[in-house]
Amino acid sequence: MADPISPLSVHDLTVAYQRQPVLWNVDYEAPAARLIAIVGPNGAGKSTLIKSLLELIPRATGEVHFFGQTYQQSRHRVAYVPQRTTVDWDFPVTAHDVVTMGLYGRLGWFRPVTRAAKREALEALERVGLADFAKRQISQLSGGQQQRVFLARALVQQADLYLMDEPFAGVDAATERTIVGLLQGLRSEGKTALVVHHDLQTVNEYFDDVLLLNMRVIAAGPVATVFNAENLKRTYGGKLALLDQVGHQMVLAGRPQ
Amino acid sequence: MIATAYVFAATEWARVFLLQDYNTRVVLCGTMILGVASGVVGALMLLRKRALVADVASHAALPGIGAAYLTMEAIRPDSGRWLPGLLLGATISASAGLLFAQGMRRIRRIKEDAALAITLSLFFGMGVVLLTWIQSLPTGHAAGLNEFIFGKAAALLASDITGIAIAAVIAVGVVALLRKEFCLLCFDAEYAHAGGWPVTGLDLLLTALVIVITVVGMQSVGLLLIVALMVLPPTSARFWTERFEPLVWISGGFGGAAAMLGVLLSALVPKFAAGAVIVLSGSFMFALSFLFGTQRGLWWRYRAMSAAQRQIALDDLLRACYEILEPQISSLEELTEKPLTQAALLETHRWSPARLRPLLRHAELADLLRRDSQENWRLTANGRRAAIQAVRYHRLCELYLIHYADVPLLGADRTADAFEHSIRPEILEQLETMLEARSPRLMIPANPHAPLNPMVGMPESEAVS
Repeated sequence: MADPISPLSVHDLTVAYQRQPVLWNVDYEAPAARLIAIVGPNGAGKSTLIKSLLELIPRATGEVHFFGQTYQQSRHRVAYVPQRTTVDWDFPVTAHDVVTMGLYGRLGWFRPVTRAAKREALEALERVGLADFAKRQISQLSGGQQQRVFLARALVQQADLYLMDEPFAGVDAATERTIVGLLQGLRSEGKTALVVHHDLQTVNEYFDDVLLLNMRVIAAGPVATVFNAENLKRTYGGKLALLDQVGHQMVLAGRPQ
Repeated sequence: MIATAYVFAATEWARVFLLQDYNTRVVLCGTMILGVASGVVGALMLLRKRALVADVASHAALPGIGAAYLTMEAIRPDSGRWLPGLLLGATISASAGLLFAQGMRRIRRIKEDAALAITLSLFFGMGVVLLTWIQSLPTGHAAGLNEFIFGKAAALLASDITGIAIAAVIAVGVVALLRKEFCLLCFDAEYAHAGGWPVTGLDLLLTALVIVITVVGMQSVGLLLIVALMVLPPTSARFWTERFEPLVWISGGFGGAAAMLGVLLSALVPKFAAGAVIVLSGSFMFALSFLFGTQRGLWWRYRAMSAAQRQIALDDLLRACYEILEPQISSLEELTEKPLTQAALLETHRWSPARLRPLLRHAELADLLRRDSQENWRLTANGRRAAIQAVRYHRLCELYLIHYADVPLLGADRTADAFEHSIRPEILEQLETMLEARSPRLMIPANPHAPLNPMVGMPESEAVS
């Protein structure tokens, strides 16, 4: 049935808020060890897709398998990076505390946080370049730094599939570079990342595959074959100014060095 | 006569504060345990952003008390005041109230706050109707159910305390055991859910703890005010710490302390209802924390702000000094040699004399400026260094805003990051190159280890732009 190698296979997924469907019949097989961008206009159901995969919102119909198993069975192999705006950054925790939360699942019920776990969390903070900020209360971090804390929290889970909701939204250039570097590192370790992405101009540069979404899957596959003006037009409708920009960007990217 | 009065007052104080009174000891013990538990549970409630739930639970408990009394009276006359029965009734109707509020939220167009407010008033209204009816019954007048509304801390019995203690220990124990899980739940429930933690179950457990504390707390503080004992301690504690676990335990400490203070005060002045005095003590602690709390207290903020303002004003003054002298000097060493007149200083920054005078005095005290024999001002060696630094900063900032305003600063916290540490290093390097091109002298003090730059100014046209 489901291909056991595929990190994520979605079959006939429909999600509805109240009675109005937001995602229709999504069919998708994610290839392994690729960086995949989920691209689509506002309200296209990008976040909804990720949340329904993680069973955070109920599905109307459809089957989802991670590595050939249900989410319950494969939870430890999947890490989630929610949108930065979903939490209260005034909460009394430090950057280090937040990253440690990624290890709670492995620690299990009732167990206090071990020294080893703290060390592991600190290493993850180092990987995202925030070792010096470990003891800061999280409201004293910039937006980009907060985003990197969330990434570090997912990194300590040592998952094989990463689902990220707009990690590039409103971050500074340094953070963007850090995230791109991390993503490439994950790919070289054979891991897969599905990233909700809003910046069409960087899709070419950052990602291998793309999933074009507007309430249903418009197109999916390698960036080189799928990410073209025609598919974008079908995804976004007639926002021509935007499309011209992207077209220009693609010409630049395709030009021989 | 007066002397005897004093002696009497003194013995009264000693009696209260040395806990010689058995009744005071019992009441103190019970309310303190309750205070600690409500502080601990309240901290979680507040961080889960559900402080109002406690208020609804306590108000919704009232009809349960009335109904339990009537049921027990119907089964066996004169058994209506059996406390465990009353508390069971309170628990059931508090839970029913919260379920009702939860159910109402499912209906579209009713927001959470409205649902809670409707539940609270509906249940409390039913409770008041039941209680007034009970009052009119022949046995009802002596039932004393009104005590649940305002509390009867001063009249607690040793048997009541046992119940309070057991409930409180269980509540604190559960929080201690699940502090990691509750922290995750309160901070990021969605992530917890995705990670497989039973978010609904944990929320239910938390609500159950709140109901337990509310129900046992009603006897001493009263149902109208128990919410204060759950909200005030954690809100106060937030001013003293930036960490989750310390917050929970400090909050428990504040709850216990407020209870202690309240009971002792009301023992001194028996006319004051203990429950209300406990809550007022909690408010007093909140006021203290708000003003002096080490993490966010107003006093520390004010101090930090006025220190920053003074620093900015001094920097402005030193910058003015440098800019007045800049055209007159050929090397930075000469900065200390030229006099500065008050008139020139007033001119540069449009300061009023009244504003400038204290500033100059401050600079003199800080050994940045000194007065010479002609009553003119001169930079000291210290002042020279500080002035160069201030001008350098200012010009780096200006260049940054002109050329890189679209690049956000790395550091988010002005109080924690110096400007030079909050720009990306490669941009700082470029800014310094620009600055060097415009005012080469300023580079020297900042880079003591770098090879000396030639002191010759570059023509403006060659400046990097």
